[in-house]
Amino acid sequence: MNGFIPAFDFQTVFVEPWQWDPVGTAWIVGMGFLVSAACGLVGTFLVFRRMALVGDAISHSILPGIVIAFLISGSRGVLPMMAGAVAAGLVTVALIEAIHRGSRVKPDAALGIVFSTLFALGVILLALFADKVDLDPDCVLYGEIGLMPLMQEARIGSVSLGPWPVLQMGIVFLVLVALLFLFYKQLLVTSFDPALARSLGIRASVYHYGLMFCLSVTVVSSFEAVGVILVIAMLIFPAVTGTMLTDRLPLILGLTLPLGAMYSLLGFHLALWLDTSIAGAMVVVAGALFGVAWIFSPRKGLLALALARRRIQHEAATA
Amino acid sequence: MMKEDAISKQAFSFAADLRRFTQIIFSRICVSSAFHLRLKKTIFILWLLFGTSLAHAAKIGDLRETDWLEQAARFWSLSDPAVVNALIGSVLMGVCCGLLGAFIVVRKLSLMGDTLSHAVMPGVALGFLWAASKNPLAIFIGATLAGLAGTWLVGAIKKTTPVKEDGALGMVLAGFYAVGICLFVMIQRSPTGNKSGIDKFLFGQAAALSTQDLWLMGIVTACALLAVALFYKELLTTSFDVGFARSSGMATGMLHSLLMSLLAFAVVISLQATGVVLVSAMLITPAATAYLLTDRMGVMLTLAALIGVGSAVLGAFLSFLGHSLPTGPFMVVGAGVAFTVAYFAGPRHGLITRWFRQASRRRRVRDENTLKALYHLAEQSNFAEESFNLGQLAAQRNESLPETEERAAALARAGFATVVQATENGLPGTHRNVQLTPSGWRRASEVVRNHRLWELYLTNAAQYAADHVHDDAERVEHILGEEIVRELEKRLNYPQLDPHGKPIPQTLQPAPAGDSAATGYRQPGS
Repeated sequence: MNGFIPAFDFQTVFVEPWQWDPVGTAWIVGMGFLVSAACGLVGTFLVFRRMALVGDAISHSILPGIVIAFLISGSRGVLPMMAGAVAAGLVTVALIEAIHRGSRVKPDAALGIVFSTLFALGVILLALFADKVDLDPDCVLYGEIGLMPLMQEARIGSVSLGPWPVLQMGIVFLVLVALLFLFYKQLLVTSFDPALARSLGIRASVYHYGLMFCLSVTVVSSFEAVGVILVIAMLIFPAVTGTMLTDRLPLILGLTLPLGAMYSLLGFHLALWLDTSIAGAMVVVAGALFGVAWIFSPRKGLLALALARRRIQHEAATA
Repeated sequence: MMKEDAISKQAFSFAADLRRFTQIIFSRICVSSAFHLRLKKTIFILWLLFGTSLAHAAKIGDLRETDWLEQAARFWSLSDPAVVNALIGSVLMGVCCGLLGAFIVVRKLSLMGDTLSHAVMPGVALGFLWAASKNPLAIFIGATLAGLAGTWLVGAIKKTTPVKEDGALGMVLAGFYAVGICLFVMIQRSPTGNKSGIDKFLFGQAAALSTQDLWLMGIVTACALLAVALFYKELLTTSFDVGFARSSGMATGMLHSLLMSLLAFAVVISLQATGVVLVSAMLITPAATAYLLTDRMGVMLTLAALIGVGSAVLGAFLSFLGHSLPTGPFMVVGAGVAFTVAYFAGPRHGLITRWFRQASRRRRVRDENTLKALYHLAEQSNFAEESFNLGQLAAQRNESLPETEERAAALARAGFATVVQATENGLPGTHRNVQLTPSGWRRASEVVRNHRLWELYLTNAAQYAADHVHDDAERVEHILGEEIVRELEKRLNYPQLDPHGKPIPQTLQPAPAGDSAATGYRQPGS
């Protein structure tokens, strides 16, 4: 055990990376922020639609989609990857529906079967075509956000726009924000009151599949950085942490941004300190922040609940 | 990002062998070259899953490297102790996961299994650190504790926050998994971690099972079998009717904890073989497959265990072919294939099975309607005529002649009728006649009897107006069985006439002599 946890030194953990390689560090932290924020926005609606685990399923099952797109196109281009991921995502949703409509298997089991089988197919394809597919199974599981500064740079003329994945994630994030502003009302109504949505003439299935589309695109852009399983954390944690603090959806959506920044920054430095996976550390921070909100939230926290209970008992005793 | 280590190189050479082999097969069966490449890739996996036994039969002497064939021989000859270990492990795992998975699936806790399997990760890492080596017992204890902590946390989050079940499951799954990943990476970077083999926990490697692991698996499987045998009634009741179980004094909370503990054990012992990520599939998929095949819990448990064993052994075998291919994914895909087959072709609930059943029912209804029309034609002629030409039948059915010809042909195929060339003045005429065979005549009478009995029953017993009963009778006439017909006749006092005054054909038995005066139709209220 000795020496397993390195000694904490503020200088080496928090200051030196910014002095030695400020640009690279900024790309890593920036990517972390973009991933958490984009996933947080999509994930909030998933959580409120009680579809958090559909996010889990899709994030797993895009793997075969990506590998097959890779094998067919032979390149790691943005478009084939996106197409593969979106196709796999929609196939997943459709398969889950088909299984629980066409047989007596319950939706939860259907979800478990579909994503695990597709994921297993993806891993087998990866193992078999390891020479062709430039993806490492371990990286699929926990991502390589630390490699962001080494990625190929996007350039317009001689102006560098930063590493490709970061740029792509940034675009995805901006598109998501734009879509959110455009369709906020429809998303709100279809998430919370499907009956009202129907009476208003809003096609719920359009927004359902639209959300699934956004989810697939977001997950495929993020998974290289954080891996398929930690994406789930990025989808769920901002929303549930926000829920602990407020009941207003705009505030919860807004909170995903500072939360994302905290996950990214604190996670990065935690990983530096412990010399471990950055994406993993980001999720550990996310979990810890949820824990803090769970205990200390002013209205819904465990402490607040305990205090309220004691006050009621006290009042009952004195009355 | 590509990992240039021995494993991927081995996988590469294995893949190259297989590709060469598929190429040879394909060149023999002459696939058009445009689809050659794509098709090859798709069929390759299918071939891998189904075609291994076929491959033995194929002449492969023209392959230079028969490495994988030797591997197959090595696997099934059981000469290698690692193979024996892998096989025993797979069988134990299949039984254990199948049994417990069946309860998970019927309790709608499938995703709890998923969460549990990810939540054990930090426990595995801590157990590893504690014992400073791959000591199965330390890992087992650590993982079980972590799994139970995860289950408890899901309950706590659900109880004390506004977060719903799916959110709580996802949070615990991903949060615990992240802690596990951090610890794994730290272990791998520590000086002792490199040779630890801890990375095998991610995707599983059945060949890496040690004798100690097997003992642990055996004990856990025995515990699971014992628990299911002892508490079968209780587990069954709590799975399907919690309220009843509680009211009859069963300790439902205790049983739930027992099941969760067993589940945690099962996940932990399966980790080595399938890996953290895919354990849940071994719990869910075999059990769900069994669920599609039967309605009885006892049968379902047995089937789930068998399917679990089958896919586990298949997975161990396929991964052994390629030296260091991970075991877990092959097992899971094997189980997935089993599920797909059951989904489409299951004897009772399968999609294709149901489709065939519906199609045959539609065909029967159509045949019976044609028979009924023939009966009506015969009735119109006061049963003087025996054969009717197709034109008459078409008019009666309101169909075109070609349609009617098809119907008559269908009846002939079923042995209900014969279609013959009509004779005019002793010479072959231009028309074709259809004539009922004795079995066709009986069936036609039955359908008409069902129809008229039902009409009578609706008017007499259910007080329907006589002109409202036809449509309902049109549907029911095809479904009434002999027993119900007998019951109807008895209740209606062996009637002779239907509400419209037409005679009800007697096919079962003649009306008893004493009731010969029974008139069928009673005026409502009389």
